[in-house]
Order: sequence, then structure tokens, then C-alpha cells
Amino acid sequence: MPRYMLLLYADEVDPAETAERMAEMPVWDELTDSLREAGLLVANGRLAPAGSATTVRVRQGEAELTDGPFAVTKEILGGYYVLECADLDEALRHAQRMPLARYGSVEVRPIAG
Amino acid sequence: MADPVADAVARAFRDEWGAVLATLIRQMGDFQLAEDAVQDAFAGAVTAWRRDGVPSSPGAWITVAARRRAIDRLRRDRSILDRAERLGELLRIDAQEEEDDVLTDETAIADDRLRLIFTCCHPALDMPARVALTLRALGGLTTGEIARAFLVSEPTMGKRIVRAKRKIADAHIPYRVPADEELPDRLRGVLRVVYLVFNEGYAASEGDRLVRGELCSEAIRLGRLLCTLMPDDSEVWGLLSLMLLHDARRSARVDAEGRYVTLDEQDRSLWDQTKIADGLQALARAVRLRRPGEYQLQAAITALHVQAPDADSTDWAQIAELYGALAALNPSAVVELNRATAVGFAHGAQAGLELLGALLEDPTLERYQPLHAAHAELLRRAGDVEGAAGAYERAIALSANAVERDELQRRLRALRKR
Repeated sequence: MPRYMLLLYADEVDPAETAERMAEMPVWDELTDSLREAGLLVANGRLAPAGSATTVRVRQGEAELTDGPFAVTKEILGGYYVLECADLDEALRHAQRMPLARYGSVEVRPIAG
Repeated sequence: MADPVADAVARAFRDEWGAVLATLIRQMGDFQLAEDAVQDAFAGAVTAWRRDGVPSSPGAWITVAARRRAIDRLRRDRSILDRAERLGELLRIDAQEEEDDVLTDETAIADDRLRLIFTCCHPALDMPARVALTLRALGGLTTGEIARAFLVSEPTMGKRIVRAKRKIADAHIPYRVPADEELPDRLRGVLRVVYLVFNEGYAASEGDRLVRGELCSEAIRLGRLLCTLMPDDSEVWGLLSLMLLHDARRSARVDAEGRYVTLDEQDRSLWDQTKIADGLQALARAVRLRRPGEYQLQAAITALHVQAPDADSTDWAQIAELYGALAALNPSAVVELNRATAVGFAHGAQAGLELLGALLEDPTLERYQPLHAAHAELLRRAGDVEGAAGAYERAIALSANAVERDELQRRLRALRKR
């Protein structure tokens, strides 16, 4: 069966709106459960706020780190890895090994835990 | 009126804040929780010390008090992540410390401070965040003080610091000294943060000189701390030396009317001889380690300037050579320009002009004002009045600063009078 990645985008919310969004939790849970029961769910997760992101590029053999998420340009999302690492340093090391880091960008975002 | 207890607390804050915070962050695994606890402990110190007397080891007192405050917070606040686990760990440390008095372990305290420095200067944080966090966590400066020093509003600076601490927690930025293979790179990053703090204070203009000058002192404090913690690194000593030798001339850089005074016109009796001696001593330490780096070379150049009894007896030949070494290590237009000027003084204006040739042909430097100002000086000294006047006019047109423009115009007028 073909696999699909669903990428979820929305504005980041302030604390007041967070409560509102928390009210949606039962809907999310029900949705996730139903997908799991139907055998369709491969993986899902909630990402930590964009402010916790680090963007990695390798140019002329040198790693360049940017504090923050990948800024919108004409580059498009081309793939993903989910890694379990001891800390950010380990994740950044592996991000630098991706061939794409030499011509594109690898955004390293923690998964909210 | 003298208040010995308040003075003791203020002194402990100045001397111990960074070390205590560093230890607490390791024990608690949480930057914000540790900072809140240390702040609580200092707030409580005044009352406790008035009642019980000033403790013989204020740092140890604050550490224990802060840990107990953190335990209280963890008991109260159910929203803190991994609450039970953290509480257990702190209670364990608290019980153990009663027995073996680990607080007197100087090495452990030093290790914690190093960890804190490397975390605050982590490359996954942007530069303004690294600077602010370093001043807050290691220097103990308040958010308001850092905001004033960097000319931003207090809420803006507050947000910057809060965001950085959240990123450290959310992204799991490690709290440790980098492994050997990463250490040179990461240490260079730390030194850059410290030098940036220094320059931010050193470059301060008239209006804000007082508050921002504090940044120079703070950067030197951080530099000294790094020398204590990493005494085998030559660039750590090189940077300390460079900062001290610059700072020694701070009060001579501005005249009574608030105008900037160039090095050759400064009143050398205003230079701080204690700082110069300290700076030269740090430079000697760096040289003994036999690994010349950028900061050490710049410090050596500055040392030659400050050791000359007057501007005319400056050892320009050696300065030119040091700029050559600097250019080989890390070539840049600024270094090349300074080298050409030094060569011009050491070996004649013509030799300086030859070095300037390549820079003048570089189209990216076409609008680089200092290049044209230096070109004008060399042409004037080579006796090319027409050429010099043209270069002065070019430099004046590119000048963004009124003081600098006035000075160039004065030189242009003097040239035409001859």
C-alpha cells in the first residue's frame, strides 16, 4: 500500500488560545485511535514549538547552524527522519551527515514529549 | 550608612552567583527552576544572615538554601515536568551532602561553571541570545541591566532570555563540556561571545558610555574566569590580554568635549598602567603556550602600541610582521588594510601603497570608507597631493559619522594649504 505523510500547519498560539486547543484533545485522540484500529497509522507526533528548532546547513564543508525553524523559501519539504538521540548535539551531528544539508536545509525540531 | 550584611550579600551575589547557579542547574536539570531557586536563596539571605551572622562560606550557604527552595517549589508546583524524579534526586543530594561535604570540592564547582559557559554559548542559540544568557547566568546581570546595555527594551530582552532558556529545555541542549574533537571549535565560539560583549561596551558612544562600559569589565571578568578554568589554552589568555590592553586606554579615547581621540594623539599618562601590566602578563602566558592564534596576535600588536613611550617610537616593523601573521591565519580586508598602514609607517609610504593596490582593485571594497581614508594618508605621505585630495574626498563622501567626517575635512584643508 502506498504511504502518505500528512503535514500539519497552523499559527503558533499564545497561552490563552492553548486552553481552547486543549479542548480539542478528545477529537485528536479519537481520530488517532480510529486510524490505529484501521491499521493505517504508521507514526504521528506533536512537535515542540518552532522556537526550539535549529536549522542545519553544510556549506563548503562547514556546518552552519541557525537558531530557529526553516524559513520559507522556494525549497520544498523533501523527506524526514525521526531519530532518538541523547541530546541536541547528537541530532545535529546526524543532520550534518545528510547529503541534502549541502544544498538544502535540515530543520531539527524536537518532538514534544 | 554602612550595612555589613547587605554588603556581604551583594558581594556573595557578585562572586558566587554564576558558580552556584551552575551547580544547581546540574543538580536540577532545569535552567529556569535553578535560576528561580538561586534568586529565592539570595532574597532570603539578608534576613537569615542578619539573624545568624554571615556564614563562613557564603557560596556553600546559598547553594544549600537554593536547593531547599527548589525542593519546596517542586513540592508545591505540580505542573513541573518530571517532578517526582527531580524531587527524589534533590533530596538524595541534600542527604548525601550532610555526610561528605562535597561543596568544598573546587574542581567540581569549576566543572559546573564550564558546563554552564558552553551551554550559554551553544551554537544552536542565536548570537544575541548567547550574549544575553551568558551575562545573565554567569555575570549575574539583571534583565534590565542587559537590556540597557544593548539598547533594547526590558520586555524585549526578557523575552529573548526566556526563549533561550526554553529552547535549552525543549531541544535538550546538553549541559556539558564538549568532547575533545569538538572542543576547539566550541571554545572559539565562547571566546567570540566574550569579545562581542567587550566590543559592545568599548564601542559605546557618548550618551550611553557609562552603562555600557560595564560590559567591558564584565567581559574581562568572564575572560579571567575562562583563564582559571582553561589555563592551557593560548587563545583564552590571548583574548584576556587583548581586552585588558584595550581597556587600559578607555579613558584616553575620548576628550573633554566627548570627541574620539585617535591612538597617536591620546594622552598616554591617562592609560591604566595596572591593566597594561596585567595584559602584558596574560600575553606572556599565551606566548609560552606556543600556539599563536588570532587573539594572541592582536594582543601582541596592541602591546607594541601601548609599550611605545610616544606614537613616533612605535615599533611599526614588528607590527607589520604581526599583521602579516594574522593575514596568513585569517585573511580579511580589515587585516590587510591595517597591514598596509603599518608597512607604510615601517618601510615608507610607497611600500604601504603597493600592499593597498589589491584592495583598491577589489570591487566589493569600493565603498569601504576606511580603505579610502588610509589610501589618502599614504598618498599624502608619499607626496602625491592631487591623489591624496581625491582619496580624502572619496572617504568624506562615504563617511557616516560626523566626527570622522570633520577630521577628514580638516586633513584635506591642511593638505591644500601646503
